[in-house]
Amino acid sequence: MDKATILDWYRQMTLIRRFEQRSSELYQLGKIGGFLHLYIGQEAVAVGSINAKQETDHVITAYRDHGHALTIGSDTKLIMAEMLGKATGVSKGKGGSMHLADVERRFWGGHAVVGAHLSLATGLALAEQYNGTDAAVLCYFGDGATNIGYFHESLNLSGVWDLPVLWICENNQYGMGTAVDRHSATSNIMQKASGYNIPAAQVDGMDVFAVHEATQKALSAIRDGKGPQFLEIMTYRFEGHSMGDPLRYRTKEEVEKWREDDPIGILERHILKEKIAGKDELDAIDTAVETELNAAVEFAEASPLPAPEELFTDIYVEN
Amino acid sequence: MARITMRQALTDALREEMHRDERVFIMGEEVGVWGGTYAVTRGFYDEFGPRRVRDTPISEMVIGGAAVGAAMAGLRPIAEFMTINFAFVAFDAIVNHAAKMHYMFGGQMRVPLVLRAPGGGGRQLGATHSHTPDVIFAHFPGLKVVSPSTPYDAKGLLRAAIRTDDPVLFIEHATLYQVRGEVPEGDYVVPIGVSDVKREGSDVTIVAYAQGLQVALEAAEKLAKEGIEAEVVDLRTLRPLDMAPVLKSFQKTFKAVIVEEGHRSYGIGAEIAARIQEEGFDYMDAPIKRVAQEEAPLPYSRELEQSALINVDKVIAAVKEIV
Repeated sequence: MDKATILDWYRQMTLIRRFEQRSSELYQLGKIGGFLHLYIGQEAVAVGSINAKQETDHVITAYRDHGHALTIGSDTKLIMAEMLGKATGVSKGKGGSMHLADVERRFWGGHAVVGAHLSLATGLALAEQYNGTDAAVLCYFGDGATNIGYFHESLNLSGVWDLPVLWICENNQYGMGTAVDRHSATSNIMQKASGYNIPAAQVDGMDVFAVHEATQKALSAIRDGKGPQFLEIMTYRFEGHSMGDPLRYRTKEEVEKWREDDPIGILERHILKEKIAGKDELDAIDTAVETELNAAVEFAEASPLPAPEELFTDIYVEN
Repeated sequence: MARITMRQALTDALREEMHRDERVFIMGEEVGVWGGTYAVTRGFYDEFGPRRVRDTPISEMVIGGAAVGAAMAGLRPIAEFMTINFAFVAFDAIVNHAAKMHYMFGGQMRVPLVLRAPGGGGRQLGATHSHTPDVIFAHFPGLKVVSPSTPYDAKGLLRAAIRTDDPVLFIEHATLYQVRGEVPEGDYVVPIGVSDVKREGSDVTIVAYAQGLQVALEAAEKLAKEGIEAEVVDLRTLRPLDMAPVLKSFQKTFKAVIVEEGHRSYGIGAEIAARIQEEGFDYMDAPIKRVAQEEAPLPYSRELEQSALINVDKVIAAVKEIV
């Protein structure tokens, strides 16, 4: 792994972290509405895995989607504008925080019905197989999604049809406020994949290198014709499920323990210990991220609201 | 012109579109080796192969959702639900995904998808297999909902459904598969969202579609023998709804009866009646009548089931109440 790549991952993870913190502030100011689900704590998952994909691969995820959108390379300004419901947003202000997408980069959202997008991912993979390409689909979902029918129907069909899809479970230990051992008959989530004959591996989601390596391996297997693959990535969201979460379901001690494994802290310590870069270089990255976010917020705030007639555009392609 | 069944018209439309466009493929339960539970895709598996005629497990959620995903990626899927009753299992995929993708992401995504589903009652299949829930799906902007009444319309509308870049729920009334009608050779399209006058008359407007249209036409012929000339308007598409021919007819007849197979409450008839009074109030000479399914689940026993459904006598009685 070369220095530039590692520093870029650090930049991407820092960008997500700071984007989420800024979003949280803007939410409290009433500038972001609806639900807001922060990705803080899970940054290594999106960054490690999306950086392992090839350009033609597809990405699709659930409503905790800011990290994926930023990592895929969507313009931070346009993402922030979407958060603020502005006409310049990635989804023209019609989608909001949970519905970011960038189809040019093959990022298909941002989906708010738990588990439903696994079926969309199945269809994206079917299209690639149908067209005979070597592209794969990276489909992200939480541990909570592994209990819904969509999960089981999608994994089964991907197995029956040998579809090029990488199922990525971001196991952050809770389906909303319900712990894994209270919501899933097996706490060993990856075991569910074996019921559909899909090879699975468990990965430390706080270690961006481990996530990257596991994703590369799984995508290679898919491209080698070995069919769908499954990763259970062990992670943790440091904040609540969404803004306003009373956090009654977990202890402060538990959160503190996980925070010791902050994925950005781990990467930073690695960079310094291995002398990949000095503190000054990391500080410079932090400053650049801050500048980028300031510009994004400024752009979003200055952007116009959607015009009234936008209510009726894009309902149909052909009216 | 050849007189063919609606089943044949649908089969021909599917086959011709698959030959025309390599991106068109079929997926669903028993569509392949079996040949389709209503035999609409008989022979397709041998003709087009397993890549383009795909048997699925009994998994309506992923049939609906994967078809949406494949359409987003540029294919033109035709997904078949064995019956519309099973489309309830895929309700989320249809109304939350097929119908919303284009809008919710600001026009970035397109879902050129056809969901075919046979529906309707009258076949002694019991309460869960006999629904006519068309209006439920027609409630949602973003989805196009089509339900033809003749072989000609079936072929032309299915072609239009396959060619549009929007998601279409294509509802086929299961009792119409054997209905015969004239269908021309060649490539014609019946546009989605255009109602059609199927019979001209000056005394009353009967608005119907699908199987109800056949009932309405039969009632109109009987009424004609008694000197009452009914104009029969076929909606053909429930969303987007084309009210123009309905209102034009109403301005001539001043009276309307709406025939639908679904339940009366909150139904197609309620919508059409509301639209007539909103847009044609000055022409209204009599209460608008609705002929619809009784407010009960459909029972198995034949006579009891039939008593709940629309029929020619009920339409005639409704017309006579206002003419």
